[in-house]
Amino acid sequence: MPAIFYFAIVLLPLVASIFAGLGHRWIGEKPALALTTGSVLVSAVLSLFGLLSMTVLGHAPVEATLYEWIATGNFSINFGVYVDKLTALMLVLVTVVSAMVHVYSIGYMAEDPSKPRFFSYLSLFTFMMLALVTAPNLVQLFLGWEGVGLASYLLIGFWHHKESANAASLKAFVVNRVADMGLIVAMLIGFVTFGSLAFGDMFASASAVAGQSIDFLGIQAPVLEVFGLLLLFGAMGKSAQIGLHTWLPDAMEGPTPVSALIHAATMVTAGVFLLARMSPVLELTEVALTTIAWVGALTALFAATIGLTQKDIKRVIAYSTCSQLGYMFFACGVSAYSAAMFHLFTHGFFKALLFLAAGSVIHALHHEQDLFKMGGVKRVLPITYGLMWIGSLALAGIPPFAGFFSKDFILESAVMSGTQTGYALYMVGTLAALLTAFYSFRVVFLAFHGKFEGEKEVFDHVHESPLVMTVPMLVLAVGAIITGFLGLGMTNTEWWGGAIVILEDIHHGVVAAHHTPWYLKYFPLVVAMSGIFAAWFVYVKKRGVAEKIAKASDSLYAISFNKWYFDELYDLLIVRNVKTLGRCLWQKGDVLTIDRFGPDGAAWVTRKFSALIRPLQTGYIYHYAFVLILGMLALMTWLMV
Amino acid sequence: METIGLTHYLILAAALFSIGVMGIFLNRKNIILVLMCIEMMLLAVNINLVAFSSFSGDLAGQIFSFFVLTVAAAEISIGLAIVTVLFRNRGTIEIEDSNLMKG
Repeated sequence: MPAIFYFAIVLLPLVASIFAGLGHRWIGEKPALALTTGSVLVSAVLSLFGLLSMTVLGHAPVEATLYEWIATGNFSINFGVYVDKLTALMLVLVTVVSAMVHVYSIGYMAEDPSKPRFFSYLSLFTFMMLALVTAPNLVQLFLGWEGVGLASYLLIGFWHHKESANAASLKAFVVNRVADMGLIVAMLIGFVTFGSLAFGDMFASASAVAGQSIDFLGIQAPVLEVFGLLLLFGAMGKSAQIGLHTWLPDAMEGPTPVSALIHAATMVTAGVFLLARMSPVLELTEVALTTIAWVGALTALFAATIGLTQKDIKRVIAYSTCSQLGYMFFACGVSAYSAAMFHLFTHGFFKALLFLAAGSVIHALHHEQDLFKMGGVKRVLPITYGLMWIGSLALAGIPPFAGFFSKDFILESAVMSGTQTGYALYMVGTLAALLTAFYSFRVVFLAFHGKFEGEKEVFDHVHESPLVMTVPMLVLAVGAIITGFLGLGMTNTEWWGGAIVILEDIHHGVVAAHHTPWYLKYFPLVVAMSGIFAAWFVYVKKRGVAEKIAKASDSLYAISFNKWYFDELYDLLIVRNVKTLGRCLWQKGDVLTIDRFGPDGAAWVTRKFSALIRPLQTGYIYHYAFVLILGMLALMTWLMV
Repeated sequence: METIGLTHYLILAAALFSIGVMGIFLNRKNIILVLMCIEMMLLAVNINLVAFSSFSGDLAGQIFSFFVLTVAAAEISIGLAIVTVLFRNRGTIEIEDSNLMKG
């Protein structure tokens, strides 16, 4: 497909966003919605053609420059597109999910007074994400990286009258900024090391610089390891890995379609995409890869333990996202970038589906998000119920749903890498899979089975969502079923056509994964099944057991329910100290120094001087007349003498 | 008996002018008196003009005094109008009460 089509894919949402955002007063509300939704739909169709042209017709990767963005000396950055199979896959995921979310939002946000603003932000986000995945160099990737952060901030705080939404949007932005420092420093080191930030140049010279070391914070370290670790730090923020994950659950304050698009399917996968994109460089590292693997595995397990006890339906799904992103990271860490991308692709569909289905429940129950105030609505919401099952089965990794293939491939790649670490990662991943199956079906059983726990009035008004909301969910459900089969080709490294580089001599997990012994292959499946069964037993068969278990292990329950006290820890260590510092600078620096000698000082001098000369203005006419005549006399005397 | 010369006129004018000035200074009550004093000072100047014109044989000075009279009439009418408005707004025309401009 010619490059012009790829430019169209990227730029159409931007144009629509500008028109809808700035011009909706002239073009009207409905045209604004139609414009944004339509442009993203066109992008989605073009992206599908793009992927087909590369897979079926075997077209070569496309690289084209729109214009020269930055040029100083021998540093030159182009704004353009670089589309290989990695990008083509991301294009399809981003545009299809975004298009479905646009359509769904027409129904979900029907009663919101500022729909055009919402759709404008959604399209802006889509543009930024597309600019990120099509970037031919790290700088454009960084533009998209920051841009999606901005759009995420705007959308989390979309209901700006809610104080919690404002706080959550700020939190998301600040936490992401912390991680972005890692990416910025990585870019600087990259430029110094490779002499260029264009991906092609970087990858070409990667093996040449492999032996070099760099003085980083006073430590002589191999340059690629430092580069890889900094990339990981950047990716950890965007992809909500352990330590920098705290913003993601709070981001659920935004409207549900936003959670589906940004905080499940696309933006949070940017970190995984970055690692996969940088695979030719990361392959030459050792410490960085191991760190990536462990960060991912710990996140997968840690987030899953929190998901077990959360009461907010959206927060459970948010933690499951966190956990699945952990799987993708640890796949990257064992050099199974193809497995990570495969899981990213399937996860995008079923997680967006889960969120939209949760949104449908929330919508039906008048914005009730507490799982313990739901229940018993499966007959009233049959479509949503069915879709929730599909999404949850895919998430739990039950065949033939998509999650089974991709998650298994990750675990197989880990166990077949033949190292101790690989086995350990496999066990951690399998344990996380058990928890995942349990909590995803906990949601299904609590929300749909049993009897309704909320107010009767709400139950009487429960209604299935309109077609404009169910159709996008059905499309995503199809994706959640078929992408597993369609994507099986991705498990061969050759499929990627050089977009992903794996040094199979050293890291042979991906290749060996095709020959996994059956007991290792199906063990995660058995574990997931038992997780589902446990959820059924605890929440349907013997209701009340869950409370007893929670009581019996109340300290463990408290740790999980309070999210391992990460927020409290950060509050104690960072937030309070920064606040104290800020207060000190404000009181001592601003008020006592700058204001005192600056504006306040100048005002004081003026006030004193005017007080000195004010008594001259007595207000008596004869005083003025006296001065007048005195002046005249003085003037005359001066003229005469 | 001495003839009346230029000096006499000038002394008369200076006396009138001084009376006007003193009137402004000493009077602390009535704003109309102030206006009258200003008028008197103008007339004193007019006497000077006419006297100089007559003694130097140039009519321009006398013609000029008419202009001064006209301007004085206009000025006093404006002054009285201001006084009227002042009285309407504040109920008094005493100078001591008009001290809002005091710093």
